[in-house]
Amino acid sequence: MTAGRADTGTDAGGSVQEDHSAAWVADALREHDELTALAAELPNPRDERGPGAPQPLPGTVREEQVLERIDRARRSRPRVKEERITMSHGAGGKATRTLVEAIFLDAFRNPLLEPLEDAARLDVNGSRVALTTDSYVVSPLFFPGGNIGDLAVNGTVNDLAVSGAVPLYLSAGFILEEGFGVDDLRRIVASMHDAAAAAGVQVVTGDTKVVEKGKADGCYINTAGIGVIERETALGVAQARPGDVVMVSGPIGDHGITIMLARGELDIEADVISDTAPLNGLVAGLLAAAPGIRAMRDATRGGVATILNEVATDAGVCVVVTEDDIPVRPEVRGASELLGIDPMYVACEGRLVVVVDSADAASALAAMRAHPLGAGAAIIGHVAEDPPGIVLLKTSFGGTRIVDLLVGDPLPRIC
Amino acid sequence: MRFVDEFRNADQAHALSAKIAGLCEPGRHYKFMEVCGGHTHTIYKHGLEDYLPESVELVHGPGCPVCVIPMGRVDDAMHLAANPGVIMTSFGDMMRVPGSNGSFFDAKAQGTDIRMVYSPLDSLKIARQNPDKRVVFMAIGFETTAPSTAMTVLRAAAEGLENFSIFCNHVTIVPAIKAILDSPDLRLDGFIGPGHVSTVIGCRPYEFIARDYGKPVVVAGFEPLDILQSIYMLMLQLSEGRSEVENQYTRVVPWDGNLVALKAIGETMELRPYFEWRGLGFISHSALRVRAEYARFDAELLFDVPGVRVADPKACQCGEVLKGVLKPWECKVFGTACTPETPIGTCMVSPEGACAAYYNFGRLSRKRVKEVSNS
Repeated sequence: MTAGRADTGTDAGGSVQEDHSAAWVADALREHDELTALAAELPNPRDERGPGAPQPLPGTVREEQVLERIDRARRSRPRVKEERITMSHGAGGKATRTLVEAIFLDAFRNPLLEPLEDAARLDVNGSRVALTTDSYVVSPLFFPGGNIGDLAVNGTVNDLAVSGAVPLYLSAGFILEEGFGVDDLRRIVASMHDAAAAAGVQVVTGDTKVVEKGKADGCYINTAGIGVIERETALGVAQARPGDVVMVSGPIGDHGITIMLARGELDIEADVISDTAPLNGLVAGLLAAAPGIRAMRDATRGGVATILNEVATDAGVCVVVTEDDIPVRPEVRGASELLGIDPMYVACEGRLVVVVDSADAASALAAMRAHPLGAGAAIIGHVAEDPPGIVLLKTSFGGTRIVDLLVGDPLPRIC
Repeated sequence: MRFVDEFRNADQAHALSAKIAGLCEPGRHYKFMEVCGGHTHTIYKHGLEDYLPESVELVHGPGCPVCVIPMGRVDDAMHLAANPGVIMTSFGDMMRVPGSNGSFFDAKAQGTDIRMVYSPLDSLKIARQNPDKRVVFMAIGFETTAPSTAMTVLRAAAEGLENFSIFCNHVTIVPAIKAILDSPDLRLDGFIGPGHVSTVIGCRPYEFIARDYGKPVVVAGFEPLDILQSIYMLMLQLSEGRSEVENQYTRVVPWDGNLVALKAIGETMELRPYFEWRGLGFISHSALRVRAEYARFDAELLFDVPGVRVADPKACQCGEVLKGVLKPWECKVFGTACTPETPIGTCMVSPEGACAAYYNFGRLSRKRVKEVSNS
């Protein structure tokens, strides 16, 4: 093969467009004629399009039928089609879900794991316990409003809290890269201590590994946590029912946007800080005030949109939300607008999505607003029956559209 | 948010919607093509079709930079990226476009050095930081992005950078529109003209559409009210028997375009005799290549590029979708074999692609949506 431009090769032939577009037109015409001849024998579902409208192709069906076919395809067993892990598998969207279901759930399948909730709920000698784990690889390690240390504590505390447990004890595993600054490590660990104190938990066991320079990015942290479930509630996204109310505990997307801007690759500045915070206090107040809580999730990777999709899929309901009612800080909205991303998919690290029986909606909202971390709580939508498995957004513009799971968006590492 | 919310005002949308409905002749079906993928994205993202009467149909056009890249060019780029010491840089949109052996993302996962950038100037920065590497920028897009590539080449020349080059895949919009107008498959009543491209080339290049083909053109902005207003302007032209080029996007698009940007393109790039478009085949004078004076920045001359033409997968009907002949959902593999997470065709890759926009935002019949919204 020699160096050269594609347009000077021989594959395209000599006298260009006329020849080639003619061939294309001829092909298209022939195909069209064949199909039209075939179509003449079929009933035409599109007659209403009027004279001059294209004839339907044989085998093409009506939009509703196609949509049903797609629904079936989406319900089919997840398969990882890629041969290697790509960044999409960690983005918290569809690829992550497929990976978890097709590889991990498939291998470990058991009734405790199967709900794929934020924490597993277990019986230990007659006590009800919640167990969870999470790894943190955020870059940069330090960002406005926090660092990887408090993030690692708050994230695990929140996973326990939204499962209805009182978080008690955490483990901390560190993977450190050769050459990492000890002062930086001290700062990170000090933040972990402060975050644990604020959440009322203790770090009681740990592990340290060091890898060669270039084999990690400074510092990765894994935390696991256990908590006790003092009051048994059937919490879970699958519990959502038509008529339920959907709310969030405050403005969304602060953490994700903070991280994206903190990486300094975008030349955009905005006055926004991470929302990382322990939610166990807020959750305790909420559960006490509103027994009709069906599900709580902290909206991390994949953002609020991902949680709403999990509600719709797992409960077999339609979630309808109103864009104008979703609290988003102007700075976050502005940055999202510039970056071409939807705040609905941007991670939070201290925000709850709550599904609650409509009878308890008012008390749930009041309980959240009474807590400093829930001051900006708002009702964003409701649960409907049909169409199941779908999240619908009523746009500010006055239209309606689907909000799907995030597809492998190349967003930076945010937690 | 100022300068955004004004263009998403539902009251004004209702008013425009009523005016559009008022212009519909009974029994007539109207079909407008939005040329630009950015418009397609806006239409679905804001649920704009809810405001249109049933007799007004929007057809999605070829103006999505990623969608029109043929498979062979992706393979060429991968081949190029696999050269020792090469850092390939690309816009995020391009990362998931499938070639015959996977996408940039797949190649990256296998160890090829491919990096995502937000601007070609970022590639230049990478070149400065890695003097022992050869940095290639995968340049894609219409006249919208060509000026920034041109400016990057000019800056690289001014700095005397020797380890930077571009793999030029820039295309021009007018020949594609002409190919669609000459296609017997589609009957259109008018065009919603591309806003960003027109910022660079102005409105004059579309005059032949109105003059020779008798179709009205309205160059439109990217907010939902912009598009709704443009549809109204098209309907008004039809009802008054006019076919003209009009500019709805006057706050951004100068009638004569951006002369500085055009000059930069003209200085560094020239028209190729022909170029392959995905689904549309070879179109003459429809793409740009690096001028001989800047050959040292032309990756096609610096590296072996196979330049082999790869046929699109048989099942893929992106060509028909790009020409507006098929609606996304009419493609045989739409949403089943071809989804945003495992796309077969390019239209399912970019957020500007008609299939991705429809799948992500509009995958629901309008009738059902109306039932739910009214409930």
